[in-house]
Amino acid sequence: MSTVLDSYEQWLDGAWVTVQLTVYGCALALVLALAFGLAGTSRRWWVRVLNRIYVEFFRGTATLVLLYWFFYALPLVGLKITSPMTTAVLALGLNVGAYGAEVVRGSINAVPRAQYEATVALNFTPFQRMRRVLLPQAFALMLPPFGNLVIELMKGTAIVYTIGMVDLTKVSKNIQGFSGETVAPFLAVLVLYFVIAQVLQLFIRYAEWRVDRMLGRRPSREPSVSTVAAGAPGAGVSG
Amino acid sequence: MPPPDTTAGSPTPEESGGASTGEGVSTQKSDVAKGGATKGVAATELPRGAAPGIRFEKVVKRFGHNVVLRELDFTVGPGERVTLIGPSGSGKTTILRLLMTLEKLDDGLIWIGDETLWHMKRGDKRVPANQKHLHEMRKQVGMVFQQFNLFPNMNVLRNLTEGPVRVLGLSKDEAVERARGLLDMVGLADKIDAHPSQLSGGQQQRVAIARALAMQPKVLLLDEVTSALDPELVVGVQDLLRDIARQSDLTLLCVTHEMTFARDISDRVLMFDQGQIVEEGPPDQIFGEPSEQRTRDFLQAVLAT
Repeated sequence: MSTVLDSYEQWLDGAWVTVQLTVYGCALALVLALAFGLAGTSRRWWVRVLNRIYVEFFRGTATLVLLYWFFYALPLVGLKITSPMTTAVLALGLNVGAYGAEVVRGSINAVPRAQYEATVALNFTPFQRMRRVLLPQAFALMLPPFGNLVIELMKGTAIVYTIGMVDLTKVSKNIQGFSGETVAPFLAVLVLYFVIAQVLQLFIRYAEWRVDRMLGRRPSREPSVSTVAAGAPGAGVSG
Repeated sequence: MPPPDTTAGSPTPEESGGASTGEGVSTQKSDVAKGGATKGVAATELPRGAAPGIRFEKVVKRFGHNVVLRELDFTVGPGERVTLIGPSGSGKTTILRLLMTLEKLDDGLIWIGDETLWHMKRGDKRVPANQKHLHEMRKQVGMVFQQFNLFPNMNVLRNLTEGPVRVLGLSKDEAVERARGLLDMVGLADKIDAHPSQLSGGQQQRVAIARALAMQPKVLLLDEVTSALDPELVVGVQDLLRDIARQSDLTLLCVTHEMTFARDISDRVLMFDQGQIVEEGPPDQIFGEPSEQRTRDFLQAVLAT
């Protein structure tokens, strides 16, 4: 056990890598989810096709395989991504963003049609309808499934050791290797992932609380289209 | 094709004075007192002056194979108050939804004033309207819905100012002032910072009426606006609408199952069945001595409940 505690600097470095991957990965996933989710609600068929292509491709491919592609295969066909961090963030963000896009699309579609009709009656432009009424209300529906995805993405970062990054998982393996202890390092890494997940959960809860206040209601836990959409497992290997 | 004749057939000559009668509004305190919950209506808050007429010309609307409106023709005069009655599925609400551009027109022409709603001129031809044309035409029309449809992500004040600021380009201060005046009129000045979910159905509908009026439409569409209300809240909303009808020059189209209200508010009543007008006339005639059996049956069924 003492070896585990003495190597706290390694743990910190590993946790920092995991946290960075999570934050950057989520940022990329959020941008992609909004862009392609909105595309999925477009009136133009070819914009909706863009949404389908992105979602089906990146949801249907294993994150680990994506990671191998970006790291090993693409450089051979002339597309070199410089750092392992960028590679991993791309693979994780693209994959989780595909799930997120479905959450965004489903949530926007789940806003009652009457709300859309009220925006037409007030002569809002299509952009104003989305920006002022539909998206804010859809956001409330998105948050719980987004919370799932954020934590899925965080746990999914455990695959990055395969391209040589030293994250929490890799640190636990290393310590097991040189200390000869097995139970202690793996127990430690289990707890650390759990703690990070709880911190992420706190942010999500805070956001939900803010949105509930905006909508003038207490938190409700009714199932919706969007929660069903997020029921699918997230990024690859789980912690 | 000619625009609808904006003078003939308007049974409300006293309304056609338009802006010249504007001064009289603030003196009509006796009306307001009868209104009960509603407070005084200031002249600036209600649209006055030339309201456009409406004309449907061979209007067809289908939902799949179901033909809801079959070459429907009818005219509403400028400033006229018309109530549409009839069994559900007879196409009344569809007429309002076509006018609010919530449903697409399949065939025929809908005139608002001397312009077509769903078509625009290109050279000598009429072509289907683009978004820009619809946006221009919608400026004249407002609608109050059965389910209120307030925006739950905004408080009462922002529900009333969002449209005027973002769509009409009013300054924040102007929009807030207008909102205050309208909330005062509907008797909810103290709810300005409340959230829609904190209001009763009747209060929400009053806010929704204020929100529609904040856009200063010239045509107001009322789609079963008291149907979703608890019985004891219906009268307050109806009184408010009576006041508004009395003190504005709005062209009013109203779908309702409240026959007493229809009688009070309308200049003319149209009885619909299966997308056709079965009978039309002044409310006293339709409700007093309807000539068609279909109307008699319908009124009997409605009044029995």
